[in-house]
Amino acid sequence: MKRIDHAEASSKFIRAKDHIEFHDRRLWDLRQKRDRESEYLPEWEELRSLASAIKEHTLANLGDYLEEFERNALANGARVHWARDAAEHNQIVFDILSSHQVRTLVKSKSMLTDECDMRPFLESRGIEVMETDLGERIQQLDNEPPSHIVVPAVHKLRTDVARVFSQTIGTDPKNSDVHYLAESQRQHTRPYFLRAEAGMTGANFAVAETGSIVVCTNEGNADLSVNLPKLYIACVGIEKIVPRIEHLGVFVRMLSRSALGSPITQLTSHFRAPREGTEMHIVLVDNGRAERLGMEDFWYSLKCIRCGACMNTCPVYRRSGGLSYGATYSGPIGVIIDPTFNLRKYSALPFASTLNGSCTSVCPVRINIHEQIYKWRQVISERNQLPMIKKEAMQIAGKVLASPKLYRAAVEATGAGLEHLPRFMLYNRLNAWGRQREVPKAPELTFRQWYLKHRARKRAKR
Amino acid sequence: MKVALFIPCYVDALFPEVGIATLELLERLRIQVVYPLDQTCCGQPMANSGCHEEARATEKLFVKNFSGFDYVVGPSGSCVHHIRENLTAIPQTAQVRKVRASTFELVEFLHDVVRVEAFPWAEFRHKVGLHNGCATLRALKEAATSEIAEPRFSKPMDLLSKVKGIRFVTPSRPDECCGFGGTFSVFEEPVSARMGYDKVSDHHRAGAEYIVSADMSCMMHQQGCAERLGLPIKFIHIAQVLNGARA
Repeated sequence: MKRIDHAEASSKFIRAKDHIEFHDRRLWDLRQKRDRESEYLPEWEELRSLASAIKEHTLANLGDYLEEFERNALANGARVHWARDAAEHNQIVFDILSSHQVRTLVKSKSMLTDECDMRPFLESRGIEVMETDLGERIQQLDNEPPSHIVVPAVHKLRTDVARVFSQTIGTDPKNSDVHYLAESQRQHTRPYFLRAEAGMTGANFAVAETGSIVVCTNEGNADLSVNLPKLYIACVGIEKIVPRIEHLGVFVRMLSRSALGSPITQLTSHFRAPREGTEMHIVLVDNGRAERLGMEDFWYSLKCIRCGACMNTCPVYRRSGGLSYGATYSGPIGVIIDPTFNLRKYSALPFASTLNGSCTSVCPVRINIHEQIYKWRQVISERNQLPMIKKEAMQIAGKVLASPKLYRAAVEATGAGLEHLPRFMLYNRLNAWGRQREVPKAPELTFRQWYLKHRARKRAKR
Repeated sequence: MKVALFIPCYVDALFPEVGIATLELLERLRIQVVYPLDQTCCGQPMANSGCHEEARATEKLFVKNFSGFDYVVGPSGSCVHHIRENLTAIPQTAQVRKVRASTFELVEFLHDVVRVEAFPWAEFRHKVGLHNGCATLRALKEAATSEIAEPRFSKPMDLLSKVKGIRFVTPSRPDECCGFGGTFSVFEEPVSARMGYDKVSDHHRAGAEYIVSADMSCMMHQQGCAERLGLPIKFIHIAQVLNGARA
């Protein structure tokens, strides 16, 4: 499988001047709002530690909590399905839908169903799937995956949305007023809610103690998806479990503050049991999570509550856009999850980072994201997935820098650094450094030469 | 107190004036400094690329050069961070652990170990934007960051505040990474350059005449960006300012 070329994709993103400026500003604004919200709560850093401890405890006892969840969900009257991977998930969903003669499915946002590529699977089998989250719907209409896990169409300007809507749902192409666009989508979606035979949500949390699904949204579309049709399916990654309802008191306080810098989402809905005369199905999905849980260095990534704070703060993500990662999960969290799905395909992603660590600092569950990025680089190198040019450059650098003699020959040659340094320190054949930057001027003497001349003339042995 | 001077490879080769200022500053503070002549690099470029095997011999050489000192002091946050946190390609003998634990970035050495009270020789009559490299900021924790709810502090600012005539300006995103990132700067050139452009423009808008930093590698990148953009902004290492450079 071809390696995703993040650098190449990002250069396209950067060339769209208005887009990158907006994208960077918009997400930075979310980051600043998050800072303000966290400052309002004197216990913020303590909450982060608590959230992390709850998640680590849950993951360490995941099997038990999953079984507790299943027992309670069954007792509530829901049906519970277990899916080993994406294929099983999609098949289970399809079987439920086809056994109810469902032709139209309305769904709210779920990264898991994107991860499983569910939509094309169902659509190719004759089931119409309607994304009802505004951002997701924009992306669905534009045949693009979401570029951000919380704000799926954040890379688009309102004029882009006007173009997409005019071509698909018949809005006025010249009208890019946000209220007009949102209302048009709302009017367009409403009949689907009324006629769909089934509704679907993801889950922000699944509470073991109560067997309930908790969904945090701002648009009300999840509640309509659940409460209008007679069939409700919740797709849940197994890491979404929290043990007790009281633990939500930690997570719900942090989720929207981290994501959007708002104290709480407009709606926090607890779906516990099917309404009279309806069915509720819960599909618990592994799809690589159990394997990840066994990875000594990387299991912490399962603590993620999908708030997107790491993406909002990431200076690389803000300047390359989510689509440049070529994966369901982008930004810092994507960089450490994606290689577990396909190491070769996503082997360039851990290098799309300056290791600045801002992601780790904002993570509400204290995932050591930048340290995991660093470790993934090692795994990629050890499994021979580095591009040849980089591997060779590192082998040469390793030899030169391990030998005082070779090193001095490289930096002290005529013309000093200018001639040689970019080659062995910046490792490139194409002079990528100089494309948009000036190269530092070479000094007459290296520090060592100066030192020998001015401080240690007697000790000099060349 | 036996102190070894660690001058990272890129400072040695491209910015000898930073090494000189570091040495002179330590000498002014009456600290006996030894410069091990066979030093090269700490191994970070290879290790950050995932190439620990390729970093091994360089790390071994580093430990050999810098054993037997009370402190190893270097004017570069990211190199010191590598040594302290990530110099793990070689077996962790007592000797290796000792060298790693003894290594300090210049600012933290002056601030925490020497506890310098004054730099009477220093005067810098310019408007300065401070740049903290990300390893210096978030790993060595030389200053509070905007992301963490904690009391504000800044070791480099504490030191620079003792310099006569200096004035500070604050960019709108003081903690944002400048986009250097070692090999990131060439393998992810489009984003790296864009981040650098944004960084120097932010400082320029804030009114900075100089950007001052303990991380010359960040500044090498930023200077390259500022020159290409034609921004009238100058760059100087914190060691030079503290050592009394006037401009």
